[in-house]
Amino acid sequence: MDVMPNQLVRMLQLGRAEDALRSNAIWICVSCQTCSTRCPKEVDCAGIMDALRELSLRRGVVSPDQERVVAFQQAFLNNIRRNGRLDEIELIAEFKLRALPHERSLGFLLKDAGLAPELQKRKKLHLRGEKVDDRAVVRRIFERCADGEPK
Amino acid sequence: MKIAYYPGCALHGSSNDYEQSLRACLGKLETELQEIPEWICCGATAAHSLNHKLSIALPARNLALAEQQGMEEMLAPCPMCSMQLLKAEKLMSGDASLRKEISSVVEAPISGKVKVVNLIQVLQKVGVERIKAAVKKPLAELKPACYYGCLLTRPPDIVSFDDPEQPSSLETLVSALGAKPVEWNYRTECCGAGMTMANEDTVLELSHRILTDAQEHGANCLVTACPMCHVNLDMKQRDIERRYGARHNLTVYYLSDLVGLALGIAPENLGINRHFVPPRRAEAAATQPTATGAVASSAAPAAKV
Repeated sequence: MDVMPNQLVRMLQLGRAEDALRSNAIWICVSCQTCSTRCPKEVDCAGIMDALRELSLRRGVVSPDQERVVAFQQAFLNNIRRNGRLDEIELIAEFKLRALPHERSLGFLLKDAGLAPELQKRKKLHLRGEKVDDRAVVRRIFERCADGEPK
Repeated sequence: MKIAYYPGCALHGSSNDYEQSLRACLGKLETELQEIPEWICCGATAAHSLNHKLSIALPARNLALAEQQGMEEMLAPCPMCSMQLLKAEKLMSGDASLRKEISSVVEAPISGKVKVVNLIQVLQKVGVERIKAAVKKPLAELKPACYYGCLLTRPPDIVSFDDPEQPSSLETLVSALGAKPVEWNYRTECCGAGMTMANEDTVLELSHRILTDAQEHGANCLVTACPMCHVNLDMKQRDIERRYGARHNLTVYYLSDLVGLALGIAPENLGINRHFVPPRRAEAAATQPTATGAVASSAAPAAKV
């Protein structure tokens, strides 16, 4: 983490929002909620992280080092928008394609491919993910929540 | 007891061993799960990271669907789903205009009467004493490191479950099964959660620390109630060992695996044979409680805190 959660809050207090939005920290954060839970001043640092991520993406100032994480989260939401539920194989495929321009390596594309037969062996691989029947309502929910979202 | 059930994507995906396990376990305890028809994904980290409104609307839709079924209590075994559902309700309960807005977004009324619970709470409702009385095969050889992870107890003002720093509900349950939980330091540390693919380095590092601490405190297995923790600690364990040149070899059980085993359910009916790190000495001993000397004697007593 280039900036610790408490430092991120201080940054915002000092009016350096731009630095916070461009930080790696907001995408490295795994949302474990420890900072919010332990803050003696009851600052919801994890909630601030969420807000910063959303703003960072909307303003197009995501740290170039963190494109992979963003690609994953975007692929995840697209998947839900289409299916209502997560289709894991589709998610991995879209994630890899979205992240490939930043990763630029064949290794990245093929990484985890070896996991498929292991999952298959354990009946954990679903070649076709579940979809809800009423996918139209899911799309409408997404549309109604899309104000300000980058295209 | 009949309870609404929100499986979430993981339990219908690559964590389907968790669903198998909890269905077998709760079935044995006469708890019937009624799956919510047409449930949708809670949005998980992707939604709360990228779109605040969506992170309320997606779980809220499921609360509305549960309500339509006339259910008052809903089990969400995945702590991520559970936290998202509870957060959505908490935000709406403090803001009538938000409740109205979200109801209109999800095209269904949400009155707030559905109570979301985790697996531990369901087992507590069944009753620790009742479970203890039903034990057929005490897990006397098991020294589990009870691993809570992040979202079972955090954030406390949303999940209102157990103590976020010193939880004890898992230890209480596994002790009732005859197991001897160890004292260790990483019970509520994060394993990296849903960043398994997006940020593998972080996941491997955090999970390695958890496995190492469990091992150093004499655990011969881990127990979790979270599908994401299970993926990181079980499925990624060989990768962790390779990366750090370590040997952990710790079986990672779902809570329902241990309850099920103690109740006399066969490991394969709990899906334990579908884990990545196979049960070795620990589980062999657990299913044959009379066996002695099956557990490594080098396991240190849990004294360090």
